[in-house]
Amino acid sequence: MIYLDNSATTPLHPKVKDAIMNALDLFGNPSSMHSSGRQVRAMLEESRKDIADFFNCSPDEIIFTAGASEANNTVLKSATTCCAFCSENRGHIITSNIEHPSILNTLKCLENQHVEVTHIKVNHKGIVDPADVEAAIRPDTMMISIMYVNNEIGTIQPIQEIAEIAKKHNIPMHTDAVQAIGKIPIDLQKLPVDFLSMSGHKIYAPKGIGILFKRKTAKNICPLITGGHQENSMRAGTENTLGIIALGEAIRQAKLEMTENEMRIGKLRDRLEKGIKKNLDHVLINGDPAHRAYNITNISFMNIEGESILLRLDMHGIAVSTGSACSTGSLEPSYVITALEVDPEIAHSSIRFSLSRETTEEDIDKTIEAVTETVNFFRKMSPIV
Amino acid sequence: MDGANWNYSDKVKEHFFHPKNILEIDEKEYNADGMGYVGSPACGDMMKIFIKVKDDRIAELKWQTFGCASAIGSTSMLSVMVTRDGGMSLDKAWKLTPEMIIDELGGLPANKIHCSVLGDKALREAIKDHFKRTGQEDRIPHDDKSRIICNCMNVTEDDIRMEVLEGVKDLKTLQERTKLGTSCGKCIDTAKILVDFYVGKYYTEEIYTGNKK
Repeated sequence: MIYLDNSATTPLHPKVKDAIMNALDLFGNPSSMHSSGRQVRAMLEESRKDIADFFNCSPDEIIFTAGASEANNTVLKSATTCCAFCSENRGHIITSNIEHPSILNTLKCLENQHVEVTHIKVNHKGIVDPADVEAAIRPDTMMISIMYVNNEIGTIQPIQEIAEIAKKHNIPMHTDAVQAIGKIPIDLQKLPVDFLSMSGHKIYAPKGIGILFKRKTAKNICPLITGGHQENSMRAGTENTLGIIALGEAIRQAKLEMTENEMRIGKLRDRLEKGIKKNLDHVLINGDPAHRAYNITNISFMNIEGESILLRLDMHGIAVSTGSACSTGSLEPSYVITALEVDPEIAHSSIRFSLSRETTEEDIDKTIEAVTETVNFFRKMSPIV
Repeated sequence: MDGANWNYSDKVKEHFFHPKNILEIDEKEYNADGMGYVGSPACGDMMKIFIKVKDDRIAELKWQTFGCASAIGSTSMLSVMVTRDGGMSLDKAWKLTPEMIIDELGGLPANKIHCSVLGDKALREAIKDHFKRTGQEDRIPHDDKSRIICNCMNVTEDDIRMEVLEGVKDLKTLQERTKLGTSCGKCIDTAKILVDFYVGKYYTEEIYTGNKK
């Protein structure tokens, strides 16, 4: 299997696997005072410290969650109220029209209360204009939430500029940085966001663990899950100890491998695009080639439908994903590609290839071959000329 | 981009990976006796069917598609069903339903059934085309004379007429009720003209306003 769907999820890093294996017998509850609990507590705090080092923030600004969806929910549901259940949500939130569903659907819930949401439209390359964000600010704006890197087309948003605008207007700023971690260096002393979400399973850690960064100076948040005093009373429930240990190791490895990965994977991604363009006409790269994460390319193969391409590539042993409507079981193709204001058929024809540290040059060459065969196969039966 | 429901039967997979009866030559060279064309790439599905007719039976069926695995699998199956055993009679082929194709395929995931309806629809269009070319318009079943206005949501001119008869008087209400023009939107101008036309027809003449009799 040539796995090129790493924006969906990644395999475990071998070092992460080792870390989990070595911790399997450490079953103690980190809240317990006895040595069994203290031993696990020490490992959690080591993870927290290394993660804080990676982001150049303080360990007590790191809250472990079950993933970025939970982190996003926590931030947004806290943004417009003092407490998720003690008062109604009111106010105004600014976001973009290409956010992850864990942002967009959470905001839909809030809109059903008394929150108003402005969705900033990206340009045809998939980039938010910071000036549009500034223009959307109102006296009652309670938060700005813009993703760092888009999960479908890989475009990198001007988060630094947007965060500075938010700071200037004294509005809390959140970024969903799931697809940016390990790809773009993030220094939270320089990037003035108040909140940042990330997920472990996109950086070679397991599913079910993620973090919410909350700056010390940021407004208080209400726990989404209430109960015990874990995570500074901001996220109740006994910690996912194995997940946290694994995430700590994944972050350590990300720090070590980041530069090398960028060089190597970026070259492979470019090789893939070059090879496909050399063999096939009428292919279109979606997004902004000048501003995108090095591991993602999103390509539309004109005149053929994405789900068909995906399944035939699967037959070739290659795993990718598509923005075609048929992949979602709805009639609507990907809202991200559609937001680029291209013809709907471009969205129906789109395929995302996302590479990882495990991708080899041989994988890429085989993929180019298989894509060429697949596209020619379907174009032969396409009624569109 | 989630990959739910890849549960295609082996038969669907067989037809998807090795589709039967694809038109691989130029359609002009093929000299079909009838051609049907439904859907649009903007909706993510488009189907063209070509038939050759002999003794009022479908001697050959060739097809082309811009479509997903479900559309490809079901149209390939359809092409086999109507051409085997000496070919299906035109009358029988007209009555072919998606359910019959899905049954032969051993089922389709529920959320993919809407992708499989284009084949038989295109087939009826092809048969209709054949009837028109051979002066047999009288054989076109009456209820299906209506042209499709919104390909994405499968709304015909007759559907619009009926909606107006049921009280729709503007495009917005029509869209709320039929979802017409909510996918690619290319039919909106035509639909607007039709709504206005039928509203004019039914609501200005006395007989439709109920003022008389």
